[in-house]
Amino acid sequence: MKRSLITAALVAALSLPFAAQAHKAWLQPSQTVLAGNNPWVTVDAAVSNDLFYFNHVPLRTDNLTITAPDGSTVAPQNSATGKYRSVFDVELKQTGTYRIGVVNNYVIGQWEENGQPKRWRGTVAEFATGVPKDAKKLQVSQSVSRVETFVTNGSPSETALKPSGEGLELVPVTHPNDLFAGEAATFRLQIDGKPAAGLDVEIVRGNTRYRNAQDELKVKTDAKGEFSVTWPEAGMYWLEATSEDKKTSVPQAKQRRLGYVATLEVLPQ
Amino acid sequence: MRVQLTIALSGLLALPAYSAEINLNVQIPQLNVAEYHRPYVAIWVEGADQKALANLAVWYQQKATSEGAGTKWLPDLRQWWRRSGRTLKVPVDGVTGPTRPVGKHALQFTDQHPELGKLPPGEYTLVIEAAREVGGRELLKIPFKWGGTSNGQAQGSAELGTVTLSTRS
Repeated sequence: MKRSLITAALVAALSLPFAAQAHKAWLQPSQTVLAGNNPWVTVDAAVSNDLFYFNHVPLRTDNLTITAPDGSTVAPQNSATGKYRSVFDVELKQTGTYRIGVVNNYVIGQWEENGQPKRWRGTVAEFATGVPKDAKKLQVSQSVSRVETFVTNGSPSETALKPSGEGLELVPVTHPNDLFAGEAATFRLQIDGKPAAGLDVEIVRGNTRYRNAQDELKVKTDAKGEFSVTWPEAGMYWLEATSEDKKTSVPQAKQRRLGYVATLEVLPQ
Repeated sequence: MRVQLTIALSGLLALPAYSAEINLNVQIPQLNVAEYHRPYVAIWVEGADQKALANLAVWYQQKATSEGAGTKWLPDLRQWWRRSGRTLKVPVDGVTGPTRPVGKHALQFTDQHPELGKLPPGEYTLVIEAAREVGGRELLKIPFKWGGTSNGQAQGSAELGTVTLSTRS
């Protein structure tokens, strides 16, 4: 029971960049703009059809990283995974912006052994031992996906937002915790630290259950990898972009799939 | 004669060289609700680019709690928080104070005010924002002339009542 659940969640998390039409992965913080003495946020992590409801599988938080305003890493607290969602708390001891992200970097191998199909999934480092050297009809692909959200205690800061330079990443031009209805925000997408030009970005406001259409906003990145969006109304928004290339970290892998998701809160004027 | 001249000179030397004041009347309306809390209120002056130039008043719960003497809820004053609050270290002398009850509150701000006093004469906007625990939020704006004579009024519909402003120099 538990195992099948975890497997389902893993499969969902892995298939995220390619099966985006079907399921949406997200991290949703209880709030994004905070103040006071040591405020806390609680974060829901799920893969669902509707935004932001728990109706499919939980998002695995094994590869969760919480970057504090000073750039250090802090541990999540009270982590739990249920049938439909994972949940964890973050204590915001520092003032500034925290980045909360689940980054999955997997290699998937498929081959034939004695006429039977075999499948393996693991990290780049595990690949050498995980897949037999003499595997027949071997097909390997890599998947790098990132699911993120941002919360700010006090005044917004930039340190935690520095991109790692690997995979598809969002670089804020407008601060992600300074978004207001009716105003335009600009972001840059980059792949391995270089501008990701001509990429399609899909933006959907939450509460999809209470309307008859997704009402998604579709934008494309320009030559600098930048795009702008004018928020039509306040709410939690889900943003996704995907890409594919051949820049794999394993020589056997021909293809690398890249995914990026962010949950952003837009406040009313 | 000579004494008078000295007085006149000292008046000129004092900065700023003009004297000006803002008189405000803020009404906190009576609300018929099941659970009433006094609103958090922020009053500030903004320029044409919406930049906060002077905080005049911030009323919030001062009672010490483990969550930080009511400061936890200051971001509920969303525009004030964005324009000024999040970079401000509260409490601020002469600006922050406890929440106020239902009624009319007369306030006066002069060029003795540390931030307002530095403002050059010109056209500005007074912004008043109120947010109430388990209630609503409302924001009103009144354009005014600093270092001149002007009158303005705004009528709130929920969290704020009538707000009147007059300035003179």
